[in-house]
Amino acid sequence: MRIVKWLLAAVAGFVFSLSATPFAWAQGVVGEPRPWEMGMQRSFGPIKDRIIHLHDMVLVIITVITLFVAGLLVWVMVRYNAKRNPIPSQTSHNPILEVAWTVIPVLILVVMAIPSFRLIYYQDRTPDPDMTIKVTGHQWYWEYTYPDQGNLDIESRYVHDEDLKPGQPRLLTVDNQLVIPVGKKIRILTTSTDVIHSFFIPSFGVQRYAIPGRTIETWMEADQIGTFYGECNQICGQDHSRMPISVKAVSEADFKTWVAEAKKSASVAELPKVASR
Amino acid sequence: MAATDSHAHGGDHAHGDHGHDHKPGFVKRWLFSTNHKDIGTLYLIFAVVGGTVGGVLSEIMRAQLMFPGNHVVTEGQEWNTIITSHGLLMIFFSVMPALIGGFGNWFIPLMIGAPDMAFPRLNNISFWLLPPALVLICIGLLMGESGSGWTLYPPLSNATYEPGMGMDCTLFALHLAGASSLLGSMNFIVTIFNMRAPGMTLHKMPLFIWSELVTAFLLVLAVPVLAGAITMLICDRNFGTSFFDPTGGGDPVLFQHLFWFFGHPEVYIMILPGFGIISHVISTFSRKPIFGYLGMVYAMVAIGVVGFVVWAHHMYLSGISVDTRAYFMGATMVIAVPTGVKIFSWIATMWGGSIDLKTPMLWAIGFIFVFTIGGVTGVVLANAGIDEAVHNTYYVIAHFHYVLSLGAVFSIFAGFYYWIGKMSGHQYPEFWGKVHFWLTFIGVNLTFFPQHFLGLSGMPRRYPDYPAAFAGWNFVSSCGAYISGLAMLVFFYVCFRTFTSKAHVADNYWGEGATTLEWTQTSPPAFHTYLEMPRIS
Repeated sequence: MRIVKWLLAAVAGFVFSLSATPFAWAQGVVGEPRPWEMGMQRSFGPIKDRIIHLHDMVLVIITVITLFVAGLLVWVMVRYNAKRNPIPSQTSHNPILEVAWTVIPVLILVVMAIPSFRLIYYQDRTPDPDMTIKVTGHQWYWEYTYPDQGNLDIESRYVHDEDLKPGQPRLLTVDNQLVIPVGKKIRILTTSTDVIHSFFIPSFGVQRYAIPGRTIETWMEADQIGTFYGECNQICGQDHSRMPISVKAVSEADFKTWVAEAKKSASVAELPKVASR
Repeated sequence: MAATDSHAHGGDHAHGDHGHDHKPGFVKRWLFSTNHKDIGTLYLIFAVVGGTVGGVLSEIMRAQLMFPGNHVVTEGQEWNTIITSHGLLMIFFSVMPALIGGFGNWFIPLMIGAPDMAFPRLNNISFWLLPPALVLICIGLLMGESGSGWTLYPPLSNATYEPGMGMDCTLFALHLAGASSLLGSMNFIVTIFNMRAPGMTLHKMPLFIWSELVTAFLLVLAVPVLAGAITMLICDRNFGTSFFDPTGGGDPVLFQHLFWFFGHPEVYIMILPGFGIISHVISTFSRKPIFGYLGMVYAMVAIGVVGFVVWAHHMYLSGISVDTRAYFMGATMVIAVPTGVKIFSWIATMWGGSIDLKTPMLWAIGFIFVFTIGGVTGVVLANAGIDEAVHNTYYVIAHFHYVLSLGAVFSIFAGFYYWIGKMSGHQYPEFWGKVHFWLTFIGVNLTFFPQHFLGLSGMPRRYPDYPAAFAGWNFVSSCGAYISGLAMLVFFYVCFRTFTSKAHVADNYWGEGATTLEWTQTSPPAFHTYLEMPRIS
């Protein structure tokens, strides 16, 4: 019974994922994994655009190579089968061939490496960030600090299944989202207070470990207003699968409003919060 | 079976015609063994035990991941312990004992014409360090206290976050397994360098011997680094040091460097002996000498050397500088070149051959196919830029299972079907061998290919539960795992049929394609072989 129900849901999800409707929600776009997805999650930022671009190129190359090898295997199995070719040749050298299959892969790798080197230098850091967010991993929640907004501090925990509202995805929904202004270069500083976590948002193509005793810098940028989901991606103990990341990209005006409101509610909640640490 | 019997040259060799062939009693023969064949057999049995425990764990994992929100495994910690044990068991207690201890011990002396290994008692202890290590791993598993992942990264593996004794048991198990590998590999190196038959120069050694030699060097250089790292970790856990604890001035990333300095050569340690086996199988069943022998040898040497300078590609996101990432990315891509040489040389060996698709050959061709897939996804992951979007996702899981769970394991089965007649004197049932291959081939591809999609879509590894969007491919993957599990049962049936078979095989039951020295010996070989030194022209 369970399998039938589940299969129906899967088919529905598949049809849903083919349609364009998920992107047309009033609250902006949603960056999340989709049922039966076979490629990378859709890009919602300049870094991910470039990752997908490089990956598309590499994917073509590796697919051609795999099909080429598979084709050769099938060919030798058919053509040089003992039935068709009872007398084996004894050839065991062919210098030209051996040089060719050493040099051609080198050339392919060079073709791949050039854009790849460009990409890692692009995605490493941004020289002119618009703002900074410090991301601290905890067992098992994320803490986001906004040093440019008066050290505004947000704790973000996952929402238990029984508290989910309709439409909220399970194991991706959090109580307090990471709110960022759209179209701004945001410097990310990751660290941790206990074990290693990994801050991973597929929609932006950004990921860094959060390591205690270290601060690691990278950056991200959302190019559309919307909600973008990520997850902790380095084993961190009991609730490793229960510390998702949810980012809300809003217009700059909305961001300012949100900061003001968050500061107000933070100042109310400040005393017990400090006491609990 | 009839086909293989037709190759019989001298009929059935009675073993009693060698007056020297006195086997000791059971206890002396198996517990105090100094005979390379018996120790090889012990290793192979051990690998089956380790692989079965690890395999049961993987079926539990796939059962849990079949649907989101499943409760086969109830606690995250329990889950973490299972994945940790699965990884360690498969690496240290299944693949390595089979490929290195098992086939290495059996066939290094037989292929180089040596009467035994150089240090038979060292050989014995290198095996007997493993069973206690297996017990310790299982204690860590059963106590549910070793949930750090097989990579053992502190702080998660230190005394604060993994306080139980089970974690210490797991670390000591690795110490024992490491000591075992070290002793074994020193023995291999000395044996190969000093005990080859006259006339067998290094450049005439069979490729399997070359592969074991390179592997042994990798072990001797890599394992002490792991031993150092886990000793420091044990000290951090128990004796108040803080090598990896930032509050005491230590650095968790230091552990990652040490671990992967061992860990990356380790993956080649697991696959190189497989390369050797595949070369022999391909050559035998194509009835052709191996194509580009020297290229094959130096490709393995190159893989071994370059394998030591690429370790930080596991750490692209650990905060290493962008220039460091650029170097490790370039170095990692280079490995694709010698690997490509090997793939194309195997195909060239088959080209123009007279191919007989017996079971070992099916596994070997299957190996080339799955290893190619695992290899090309390795090139994708080598790109630090792309890695940022797939690091630690199921894409990585799919990649390394394609090279190890499929690649290395396919080579183990190729070796098993190739040599079981030589080792036991009885041939496997051809039909069931082929059933085993096809079930496994379909099962593992169905298990691991969809995991590429899950990874690209962003599903993190080591998750006992996942968002509903990942449900589809996880369901397919679990179905594949059950098929692979069924294939393992077929394998046990093949073993049963083989060992209860009454028919005996000839010395060289594969015929003219099998040219190495072990085929000049009886099947099974006498307890002591090469009383007369063979000469290679």
